[in-house]
Amino acid sequence: MKPRRVLYLSLALLASIWVLVPIYLLAISAFGGPETINAWPKGLLPERISAETIAFFFAVRGVWNAIRNSIIVAVLTMLMSILLGAPAGYALARFVFPGKDGYRLLILLTRAFPIAILALPLTVRFIQIGIYDTPFAVALVHTALALPFAILVSSSLFMGVPRELEEAAWTLGCTRFQAFRKVVWPLARPGIAATMIFAFVISWNEVFAASVLTLRERTLTAFLLTSLNESPLHFRFAGGFFLILPALVFIFAVRRYLFSMWGIANR
Amino acid sequence: MLFLALLFLWPLAEAFIVAFSGPAGQWSLENFREMADDLNFTDAVRNTLLLVVVVVPLQLALALGLGVLLGNLGRGRDAFLYIWTIPLGISDLAAGIVWLAILGERGYINSFLQALGVIDGPVLWLSYETPLALFLAVVVAEVWRATAIVLVILVAGMQLIPKEYYEAAEVFGAGAWQRFRRITLPLLKPSIQTALILRTILAFEVFAVVVVLGGRDLPVLAGEAFAWQYDYQNAGIASAYAVLILTVSLAATWLYLRLLRVREESLA
Repeated sequence: MKPRRVLYLSLALLASIWVLVPIYLLAISAFGGPETINAWPKGLLPERISAETIAFFFAVRGVWNAIRNSIIVAVLTMLMSILLGAPAGYALARFVFPGKDGYRLLILLTRAFPIAILALPLTVRFIQIGIYDTPFAVALVHTALALPFAILVSSSLFMGVPRELEEAAWTLGCTRFQAFRKVVWPLARPGIAATMIFAFVISWNEVFAASVLTLRERTLTAFLLTSLNESPLHFRFAGGFFLILPALVFIFAVRRYLFSMWGIANR
Repeated sequence: MLFLALLFLWPLAEAFIVAFSGPAGQWSLENFREMADDLNFTDAVRNTLLLVVVVVPLQLALALGLGVLLGNLGRGRDAFLYIWTIPLGISDLAAGIVWLAILGERGYINSFLQALGVIDGPVLWLSYETPLALFLAVVVAEVWRATAIVLVILVAGMQLIPKEYYEAAEVFGAGAWQRFRRITLPLLKPSIQTALILRTILAFEVFAVVVVLGGRDLPVLAGEAFAWQYDYQNAGIASAYAVLILTVSLAATWLYLRLLRVREESLA
């Protein structure tokens, strides 16, 4: 190998270590049993492997409920943002209408919205209409966060499907809807799946709105945040690890689409 | 579209109304006055601004470096890219917990420093008595967590730069640094702009990382908004904070758009 390549590779390895080691340390804090957390001085290997801490975490009252809520909220967010986002994305990709560029900019701008200014006033309103402290209310706010992404990604997906294919389907006697279902949809499906996963992760990770909008029906992030002060260290570590776990899988699943999303958002 | 308007404009209007209304429902600046008089207010503003000023440039430099490095890697590129984007899926809350395990009183840093003989026993870094260490801890955690998004935006932009430009430059004898400065940077301007705007806005909202690492020992704007809403049940002042966050975010966005004006033809 050329010395230059060695240098590049070692720099890249260094960056990877910087990303991975903290996660590894949290993992051994979560799986090393109480001994690892209390060990002094600490070793880079866990004292032993045990599921004790994780078991303790799941045994705490409210944790299962919080996990269930988190999943419900994330699935609702996923469904709502794709049902609303995909048609909007299709429209952006296929039709010319006045204000189209402005619309695209507007979608990007929504990302600039502080979550605090969304969540705080909605608390009051949600109490009034009686959906405060329900997973649905949290999912509504999360959808507002995920929808801009869903629209942008799905529009870039639909743009990737050649218009000619669709037109060919029309000339062969398909209606617009049939052409969409039989030609466009199968081609765009993997990307749509990635978009849905992304919406799921956004919702799964969101802390502020979830904490403000719930009281008893906590999501996992809200539960962890509000019990930070009274919970022991190993509980926090186990919770943190459980929060990260889906992220590892999901990022792997959507890695191909990360760039198409931002490539399009720049233009 | 309608849904978006409903979920964005309506809360916005409502936040302003709540923030600007007095106890009897009239228009007033009472909430803002009370917010500004609060003990934590100056600290929160200062900390948040400092965090933005320190974290965002660091992330941009780091992401630029990684992006260029990535372009030179050749084989193994995808694996590295996957690893570097992992933090993208990690929430700020989880990132805070990760660094709590490392920087906490009985964490790995203390153990390491003791082994080196720098300190005699566990030191409490994350308390109000050591604001500088606490601040640095938040910086480290934020850089660790959120550089990935900058990297993704920049790499997406770099992929759009035609390879021929670099080849031509090489033919004319441009060195690596010159190629970076004369080709990559100017052509990457739209991506840099997007990345800066997004990261700055998110940095103004920094919340869970700070809460996990320092509680309210290091007050920040979003943390104060949360505390007023959740602990003191005072929606007026919480909304005042929210309006303040929105205002500084918009101001920063406007500033970036002005400073890094992208000419139309380079957008093509």
